[in-house]
Amino acid sequence: MEMIIKGKSWKFGDNIDTDVIIPARYLNLTEPSELVKYLFEPLRENFASMVKTGDLLIAGENFGCGSSREHAPIAIKASGISCVIAKSFARIFYRNSFNIGLPLIICPDIVEEIEEGDEIEVDLKRGEIFNQTKEKEYSFPPFEKLMMNLIEHNGLIPYLLSGKFSI
Amino acid sequence: MGCTITEKILGKHVSKGEVKSGKHILASVDFMVANDITAPITIDILEDIPNAKIKGLDRIALVPDHFTPNKDIKSAENVKKLRKFARDYGIKYFFETGRAGVEHCLLPEKGLVLPGDLVIGADSHTCTYGALGCVSTGVGSTDLAGALLSGKIWIKVPETIKLEYTGKLKKWTYGKDLILMTLKDLGDKVSIYRSLEFTGETISDLNMSQRFTMCNMAVEAGAKNGIISPDEITEEYIKDRAKRPYNFYYSDSDAEFVETRRYDVSELEPQVALPFSPSNVKNISDLGEIKIDQVFIGSCTNGWYEDLKIAAEVIKGKKVADHVRLIVIPPTPEIYLKALRNGILEVFAKAEAVIGPPTCGPCLGGHLGVLGAGERAISTSNRNFVGRMGHYKSEVYLANPAVAAASAVVGRIAHPKEVN
Ligand code: SF4
Repeated sequence: MEMIIKGKSWKFGDNIDTDVIIPARYLNLTEPSELVKYLFEPLRENFASMVKTGDLLIAGENFGCGSSREHAPIAIKASGISCVIAKSFARIFYRNSFNIGLPLIICPDIVEEIEEGDEIEVDLKRGEIFNQTKEKEYSFPPFEKLMMNLIEHNGLIPYLLSGKFSI
Repeated sequence: MGCTITEKILGKHVSKGEVKSGKHILASVDFMVANDITAPITIDILEDIPNAKIKGLDRIALVPDHFTPNKDIKSAENVKKLRKFARDYGIKYFFETGRAGVEHCLLPEKGLVLPGDLVIGADSHTCTYGALGCVSTGVGSTDLAGALLSGKIWIKVPETIKLEYTGKLKKWTYGKDLILMTLKDLGDKVSIYRSLEFTGETISDLNMSQRFTMCNMAVEAGAKNGIISPDEITEEYIKDRAKRPYNFYYSDSDAEFVETRRYDVSELEPQVALPFSPSNVKNISDLGEIKIDQVFIGSCTNGWYEDLKIAAEVIKGKKVADHVRLIVIPPTPEIYLKALRNGILEVFAKAEAVIGPPTCGPCLGGHLGVLGAGERAISTSNRNFVGRMGHYKSEVYLANPAVAAASAVVGRIAHPKEVN
C-alpha cells in the first residue's frame, strides 16, 4: 500500500449509511467489478465512472452506519478511491475498511473547510493532509499499531497469512 | 476497580494481555454466523487461499435468510455456494430453506449462542444475542474469514454506557418503545464503539423477546454491543435449548461506566421512528395524521412469537383497511409452527393479511413486499434509512407490533387503544 495518496476530493454529508453506499437489492452480487456500478446510486448515479484512481472521499459524521455489508467498502475501493476522510465512522464499516486495506482518516477540520474537487495529498505515515487547492495543511493522530499493520499488509487476510500478525 | 460484564466476558476469551477499555485484544470466538449475503464473500476469500486450514467448523452457522426462498438466480447461486462449502468442509450448522429462519431469531432458539459467549457474526444485528448475557457483535466477511483461519478476532475493548430503567411499562408499550426512546436520547454519536448495558427493574420484568428487541437495536445507536445481565428469565429460556455449557457473568458493583443514564418509563407512550433514521423518534400522540400503504410485522427485531401474539390480539376480528397491505412474517419455522398451532396465523389470514415464509424479506427491501416510489410503510423492524424497504422515494416508520397492527386496521399510524 502506498503511504502517500494524491487525488481529487468527492464530498458527502453526515450519516451516509450502507444502504446509500450500496443498496441492499444489489447484495446478491459479490464481484467488486459488478458492485462498483451501483456505488452511491441513491445519491449520485454512475459515481464510479467519474472517479479517478487515487481520489478521496470526504464525509461528515458517522460515515458507513447501518449494516455490516463489506460490499460497501469493497465497492468504494473498487472504484479507485484510495482513502476516506470523515468526522467520524460507524464501527463495523471502520473495521471492514481496514480489513480490506482501505485506510480511513478521522479529521473533522479538513471536512469543515474542504470543497468538492479540491486536490489533496495525504501522508498516511506522518498523519498529514495537504489541501493543494486551498494551500492548507492539517494533521491527524497517527494510526494505532494494528491499523497501520492492516494498511501495510493490504488487509487482514494477507496480514494473517504473513505469520507476523500481532496485537 | 471492578469490571463491566462486557470486560469480564472478553477477559475470559484472551490468553494474555490486559482487558481494558480502549485496548486492542485478540480474543477467541465461541460461535460465528454468516448469511446468504455475507458468507459468499467469506467463502471466496477462503477458497482463494491455497491449502487453507479452517478451524471451528462446528462453531459456525450458515443461515440463508435474506433472499430466501431464493428470489432470483443470483440468490440461488449464492446459496448454492454456501451449501457446497458446508458440505465440502463438513460444517455442522447449515440451515436449508424450510429449516432456516432469520438468523438472529434462529440461533438463540437452537441454543447455539449462550450466556458468557463471545459471538461474532457477519451481520450487524448479531448484537441481538447480548440479551442472553453474552458479548455479541457484528463484523464483516473478512473478519469471519480471519476467525475461521485463526479461531480469533481482533477487538477494541469498548467502554460501557449504563442505561437504567425504572417504572412499570404502561399497556401497549414494550421493549421496542424503550429502545426507540433510548435511541432518541443517545442520538447517533454517543455510543459509537461503546457497549450499552441495559439495567434496572423495568428490564428485569421484560420477557426474552423484548430483551432481544432492545439488544437488536443497540447497533442503531452505533454501539459495539448491547447486553443484559442474565437472570431466571434467561435461565428459563436457555436451559432446555443450550447445546453447550454456559456461564452467567455480571458487572461488578464498582465497575467503571463511561456514563450512566436513568430513565423513569412509567409514563412512556408508544414510540415511532420517522424517516430516515431510527433515532428520529416521536411520541405516537405527537405524530398527527400519517396515512400508510403497507404494514410489515416480522424481522429479527419484532417477529418473535410474543410479538405476533400481541399484534394478533389487536387485530382479532377486524380487517386490514382497504388501501393497506399487511405482511406478516414469522421469522423462524418454530415460531411459524407455534403461531399456526395457537391460531395466530388464522387471525392474520382472516384479517386479510398475507403471511410469508420465514425470511428477512421486506425488512431490507429484498423481496416479498418491496415499496414503490412515494409509498409509506410502518414496520416492526429496525431500520428506516433512505430506500431501506424499496424505492428511494418510499418511507418507513418503525414501531412496536401493537402499533403496527392497529395502523393496519385504521389505515394510518394509530395507537392500539383506537381499535381496542
Ligand atoms: S430481519 Fe432485517 S435486520 Fe434482521 S437480519 Fe434480516 S435483514 Fe437484517
